[in-house]
Amino acid sequence: MMQKKQSFPIGTSVLIILAALGLVVTVIRFLKGLGAVSNLSDGRPWGFWISFDLYTGVALAAGGFTMAGAVYIFNLKKFHAVVRPAILTAFLGYILVILALLVDIGAPWYIWHPMIYQNWQSPLLEVALAVMAYTAVLALEFSPAVFERLGWHAPLRAIRAIQIPLVVVGIAISTGHQSSLGSMLLMAPEALHPLWYTPILPILFLISAIAVGPAVVILESMLSTRIFGHKLGLEIQSGLAKVIPYILGIYLLLKLADLAVRGNLGLVFSAAPQNFLWWGEIIIGVILPIILLSVPKVRQSRGGVFTGALLVVLGLILNRFNASMLALAVRPGYAYFPHWMEVAISAGLVAWALLIIWLAYRFLPIASHEEEATLKNA
Amino acid sequence: MSKAVLFDGPGCIGCRACEDACKKKYGLPPIDMSGSSTGTLPAEPTTNPRTYTHPAELSAYTWIKVRQTEIDDAKGFRVINTLRKCMHCIHPACVAACPVGALQKNSDGATVYDDKKCIGCRYCMVACPFGVPTYEWDKQIPFIRKCIYCPDLLEKDQPPACVTACSKRTKCITIDDRDKQLAKAYKMIDDDAKDAAANKRDPKYINHVYGEHEVGGTNWIYLSSEPFEMLGLRTFGSQPVPADFSKVSWGGSWGDLRTSVGSEAVPTNAERAMAAVPLALPGVAVAMAGLYWVFKRKDKLGQGNASKKKEVTK
Repeated sequence: MMQKKQSFPIGTSVLIILAALGLVVTVIRFLKGLGAVSNLSDGRPWGFWISFDLYTGVALAAGGFTMAGAVYIFNLKKFHAVVRPAILTAFLGYILVILALLVDIGAPWYIWHPMIYQNWQSPLLEVALAVMAYTAVLALEFSPAVFERLGWHAPLRAIRAIQIPLVVVGIAISTGHQSSLGSMLLMAPEALHPLWYTPILPILFLISAIAVGPAVVILESMLSTRIFGHKLGLEIQSGLAKVIPYILGIYLLLKLADLAVRGNLGLVFSAAPQNFLWWGEIIIGVILPIILLSVPKVRQSRGGVFTGALLVVLGLILNRFNASMLALAVRPGYAYFPHWMEVAISAGLVAWALLIIWLAYRFLPIASHEEEATLKNA
Repeated sequence: MSKAVLFDGPGCIGCRACEDACKKKYGLPPIDMSGSSTGTLPAEPTTNPRTYTHPAELSAYTWIKVRQTEIDDAKGFRVINTLRKCMHCIHPACVAACPVGALQKNSDGATVYDDKKCIGCRYCMVACPFGVPTYEWDKQIPFIRKCIYCPDLLEKDQPPACVTACSKRTKCITIDDRDKQLAKAYKMIDDDAKDAAANKRDPKYINHVYGEHEVGGTNWIYLSSEPFEMLGLRTFGSQPVPADFSKVSWGGSWGDLRTSVGSEAVPTNAERAMAAVPLALPGVAVAMAGLYWVFKRKDKLGQGNASKKKEVTK
């Protein structure tokens, strides 16, 4: 393998500073309480951590179950090379979600309570149990990379024997909690703006997660190709990009049909300023990617595929922020803008994740697995 | 038998004995008298000391609050008292939302909270249509706080602390069985309307018992002289979304643009979605296993065909 410069584009030092700052602020939060580091209030009990770390984090980690499904269930062998990085990113994503929730919830020492006290009416219980279970599934799905490195053959054989059931269970759990994140907001019909409040919100959340999964995998594989200089053709990315417009098309149709059925289509033009947010997520994350990625010429160019995937991701982030923060006015008379320390904790966690991914690429057989697979497919 | 407290709004003089009794029973910081407090606990900080509006809203240290609303219309200027507190819904959204069942609904009507179960997710605060549960943001080990209906007293068939305090003053809050209270509320409205007609005066009450139907009914019910929206109490009509978008303010309430829930209990849509989960999860798993088999077989057949073809070409 060709040895290239193995540093991060943003600079490892920046990441280390962010990671350290995040730790310091986390310590302050646990000493002084939530009020000292956040702008959360009785009228705005959920803020940046819920919108970014939980809602956006879980959706962006959808690459794990979509890729595992594509390769192991739908037998699309050409995507085999990206399964392992996708599962690693998803696994780290879920660890990140759990760490952020440990900061966000008031009694993190009771985070395991959903395992012994259950209210089955609550969509959040489903999310809590599923996040725990799916993190375990992802750890098992990723474990072969570690076992290969260590040369442990017995556990490797054991994991390979249950690989398919594991993937099936992973997909079922993901379907459940990706949609339950939408169900959670159905509990606030008085607070969520009618452009987003719809009984089919769980389905919309699931479909948009399925669409963003491949987009994240495209971005990740292209960035890692650039940073680590691995030989990975554009066929995989183009193949993934080809699927995205179909999923987004279904999503757009459902979203418009739902507004029309509920008689709220007019709000798209009249409910200022929320309609700008709505148009923002639809144009950036749905309409532009559908147009771009439907053109074969665009799919053949690195820049085109990258831009298309990036738009899908940005649109999804805006969508989750809209539904869980910007268009969710829990109580009248309260305003909210994230405190810098809230952002610092989340940024610190992301920095930790990037550093770990970087280390994993260096020391675990992730990339070689990719190359092996591409060679096999070629 | 489920209880209800009936709040006779026009009978309230705003003495705030209920607030004081509640704070004393639960050891909450007393009403801020700006240095002249006779209490032993430090007062809850407020930006409006020595006024009737401190704190400005319910907080983790004020679970019942007399809110004064100034109204100036054709009938002239007046100040109306109303209560802000937990309404103790018959189908509470907070209880449905809580993942660990820290919030529970008792058969006597109290919606109670268990410190030992709560994980601090604050989903109850998001779900509550009345904007009631509050959080101890300034504490290192915080809990959800709201009126819990004095369950220890209700168990002994005694009135909650606020009702006892009020009974020594105006008796504008009283407790009884919920159906009796509803009957009493309508009798008060009717009697007053008849008396008003005979004496050619304006009636004291509007013909609306707040909490009879709102979000499926509540175990605190209010009477008022003014429409409840004018007092800042959300009413849950069943009308569809109206077209007045001027009321939408950034970061504030959606006003009339809110998705109306009518008298339906809040959790319903989420409940419907959650009911699908036990079916959907195994369903997805079975479908995926089936698809795996189909694609595997297709692949095998494809390989078989390919090798056959190869043989033929050879």
